[in-house]
Amino acid sequence: MSKKHSSDGAGHAEHPKWMQHHFDTPSQQFASSKMGMWLFLATEVLLFAGLFCAYTVYRANHMDMFVFGHQFLDVKWGAINTCVLLFSSLTAAWSVRAAQLGQKGLMIALLFITLLCGGAFMAIKYVEYSHKIHDGLLWGTKYKPAGHAAEVIHGEEAHAAGELGGAHGRVDEGHTEAEQVAGIEAAHGEGAAEAPAAGGDALATDGAQAAGAQAAAPAAQGEGVELPADVLAIDVAERSTTLPAAIGPRGLVPVAEEGHDDGHGAGHHWEGPIPDNVHIFFGIYFGMTGLHGIHVLIGMIILGWLIYRALKNDFSPEYFTPVDLGVLYWHLVDLIWIFLFPLLYLIG
Amino acid sequence: MSHGHDSEQVGHIVPLWLLFGVFFALIILTALTVWTATQIDLGAFNIWLALVIAGVKATLVALFFMHLIWDKPYNGLVLAFSFMFVILFLGISLMDTAENMPDMYEGPAPAVATE
Amino acid sequence: MNVTDTSITPTDLGGYASEEAESENFLSYPKGIMSWLVTLDHKRIGILYLICILTAFFIGGMFALLIRTELLTPGATIVDADTYNQLFTLHGAIMIFLFIIPGIPAALGNFALPLMLGAKDVAFPRLNLMSWYLWLIGAAFTVFSLVNGGADTGWTFYTPYSTQTDGAIISITMGVFILGFSSIFTGLNFLVTIHRLRPPGMTWFKMPLFLWGIYGTAIMQVLATPVIGITMLLLIVERTLGFGIFDPALGGDPVLFQHFFWFYSHPAVYIMILPALAIMSEIFSVFSRKHIFGYKFIAFSSIVLAILSFLVWGHHMFPSGQSELANFVFSALTFSVSIPTAIKMFNWLATMYKGEIVLKTPMLYALSFMFLFGIGGLTGLFLGSLAVDIHLHDTYFVVAHFHYVMFGGTVIAFLAGLHYWWPKVFGRMYNEKLGAIGAAIIFVGFNMTFLAQFVMGSQGMPRRYYNYIDEYTIYHHISTGGSFIMAIGFFLIAGYLLHSLLKGKRAPANPWGGNTLEWHIPSPPPYYNFKEAPTVGDPYDFSELEWDDRIEGYVFRKAEGSA
Repeated sequence: MSKKHSSDGAGHAEHPKWMQHHFDTPSQQFASSKMGMWLFLATEVLLFAGLFCAYTVYRANHMDMFVFGHQFLDVKWGAINTCVLLFSSLTAAWSVRAAQLGQKGLMIALLFITLLCGGAFMAIKYVEYSHKIHDGLLWGTKYKPAGHAAEVIHGEEAHAAGELGGAHGRVDEGHTEAEQVAGIEAAHGEGAAEAPAAGGDALATDGAQAAGAQAAAPAAQGEGVELPADVLAIDVAERSTTLPAAIGPRGLVPVAEEGHDDGHGAGHHWEGPIPDNVHIFFGIYFGMTGLHGIHVLIGMIILGWLIYRALKNDFSPEYFTPVDLGVLYWHLVDLIWIFLFPLLYLIG
Repeated sequence: MSHGHDSEQVGHIVPLWLLFGVFFALIILTALTVWTATQIDLGAFNIWLALVIAGVKATLVALFFMHLIWDKPYNGLVLAFSFMFVILFLGISLMDTAENMPDMYEGPAPAVATE
Repeated sequence: MNVTDTSITPTDLGGYASEEAESENFLSYPKGIMSWLVTLDHKRIGILYLICILTAFFIGGMFALLIRTELLTPGATIVDADTYNQLFTLHGAIMIFLFIIPGIPAALGNFALPLMLGAKDVAFPRLNLMSWYLWLIGAAFTVFSLVNGGADTGWTFYTPYSTQTDGAIISITMGVFILGFSSIFTGLNFLVTIHRLRPPGMTWFKMPLFLWGIYGTAIMQVLATPVIGITMLLLIVERTLGFGIFDPALGGDPVLFQHFFWFYSHPAVYIMILPALAIMSEIFSVFSRKHIFGYKFIAFSSIVLAILSFLVWGHHMFPSGQSELANFVFSALTFSVSIPTAIKMFNWLATMYKGEIVLKTPMLYALSFMFLFGIGGLTGLFLGSLAVDIHLHDTYFVVAHFHYVMFGGTVIAFLAGLHYWWPKVFGRMYNEKLGAIGAAIIFVGFNMTFLAQFVMGSQGMPRRYYNYIDEYTIYHHISTGGSFIMAIGFFLIAGYLLHSLLKGKRAPANPWGGNTLEWHIPSPPPYYNFKEAPTVGDPYDFSELEWDDRIEGYVFRKAEGSA
């Protein structure tokens, strides 16, 4: 933890103002602060461990879910973001060197570049997130492939007929039940309880390839309860039955759209039935990158604070502990991204 | 700017060539991991390759950018311990869930009743 | 400064040389309520913690009494079923997250650890204060759930129930998340303090065993607590955003939640008990007037316990749908925990053997600790064996077991430590006779309450049930009766301790004859702890100490280098 070293020991003439009274030497204080920071970083690692654990467990047991889901992530943006963070780590490490050598201007400039890199990282994340949100590729109950993603998932010859689910009139274009595994988006917490009969029946009809059946209507109207837009009718009964034949070989291939095909090299086209519960992949994706993004934001705040302190002339070659610790935090954020990138974007 | 209070140098000053060297190594490794993941199909081994590369990158960052190589060994130990416990957590959870037999009974899990 | 044979005067100043010097004690210097609220002094933060956690203990205890009163008769007695669910949930959450986990480390540890170490303060005093404020915020969130609809999941917040039930789950889990960070920062602070602020001469194996115990605890606090943080965050997004990772209706895995939860919460059990064991190592040695037996074994067993605590979490999940392989492995590993625990127990017994046992209040608690924790530990073996646990799981047997460990172990040790350091903290002696009576009442009441629960649990009475069949009535009567007796004991203790603050006799610097560093300085300690770096000797060598009737305390026989 970076601490403010304000007034402690101010009364002791022999101490510089940053020296705290309960330490004997500056190096003892520096070593203590640094050890404290490392312990804090260990807690950060274990905080992320929960999400890594969820990732590992679901990936090991439902590899298909991950292989299918990851094709909607863009390796290009991920790789660029990796490089941005790596570069920011370089400038951050360099700023510590500048602090140690007393190069105040350089240090501030480097910290500022680091901060900008953090901003760039978040901007790219924003682009990626808005893509996912636009395509409805979200977690759990919010998972409703729409637009391009829906085409990929539901197949191109999808008909407008099979619109399903939008309680508030959201239309799932191309969502033809006959063409997908029933329950691919059987994602619905509360919906499970509230509209099972209506939804289930409707799906059953659809499942029988009754193209054109308006599945949504009964599900949406069944109960006067105001369902959130994302609550889809559940199809419990159909969940684990598969309809591979109806999907067809090309229905699931990620469509090579302009600018969307890089990174998806050989052997990444999906074949076979769409796995169940792909939303879990996106849940883990958003969980991991979201928590990481929060850490980037916190890191940016710390960097801004360091710049402010540096402008106030608080640091010197004898005392630069906050710079060192803040930069350590920034490196940890980088360190975690180094693992997130291949785990999320490069699933083979 | 300088207090000149204590001549004792705190921290290790990393030479610039090393910082840039590590940075370029990291970039090359990033390119390598993208390339291996997208162009080479090793089946299940791909993930391990990616993790090894990520591990090397993480080690580089920790050792040089985060000064661990010059630091007190305890700090490195803390990081190593935290990774060990992550692996422990992942490993045992995986050991259990890998044994799950979701197909032991036919059909889907019953919907959870909400009163 | 120091009390020595030659300079001793029958002083009522707790070892201070003059009244002038006494005004430097940390309680009175500096003055004013603000000086307390922004204090960076570890001793004052310890007292702030002490006040807060005792308040939490009072609230949690009241809930316990309500629960026991409700269970006095089958069916409705005083509250309805939903309220009952909220009561036991909050009883658990408050007692665990607000009282036991911060109890010994943050309150007693904060006070005693830097003193025993010979340090001027903890490594990060501001962080220490922040921990306390985080505790307050976390406590506010937790208690807020009470008026915000209540939480009825039990303190374990198992999914999918916790994602579906109404009530203030988000508030209480947010509270747990914040309290987790409070606990992490305390642990982090202690680790760095022990590593970096040891004075010259304080080598690892000259450290009092209390510090070893706190060190092991801090390792667990730092490495395990973040996992409950992420678990609670995931539970919150599960509820608010429909995340789906733990929700079976969405293809999620509720057993995974239990893995997450117990990866923290099993080490958390050791976070609760390890400091208790640490206090015991001090008290058994001091009150047996004999060097601790097997110092290194006790020291290392603390670390071993800390590590082992991470390997056994699955024994909470035997009937959860956990795989047979995991069940088997966790059951086997669970038995290994008994080794370091038994090492400690036998070493304490060996310490007492042929010692001159002094039956002062702290020692009375220590002896009842040994008895109660022994029962708690041994019944743990029943529950650790896979086959037996299937029968006993989620019965009152489990409730009785963990109360024997948590209450009979940690709370009794907390009381022992409180009585042990009370004269040092406040500079006042409590009434020894009332102390002994209080300890006896607690002991009797506790056994009445929970032995009955062992019996009814083994006969199949499930835990957390609002209603029960008539066959169990007699046990519930005994149990509820015992809880009232305990309540009387606690009020008695609260009474004489508060009384001692106002009217108690001035405490000498060293009332028990301890040789750890906090007994070398006056009571209450001066705000700066040590004028100069203290001389460190063997903390369990009592040969230099002798009783002095004039001050009713121990003095060091020969003048030592000023401490």
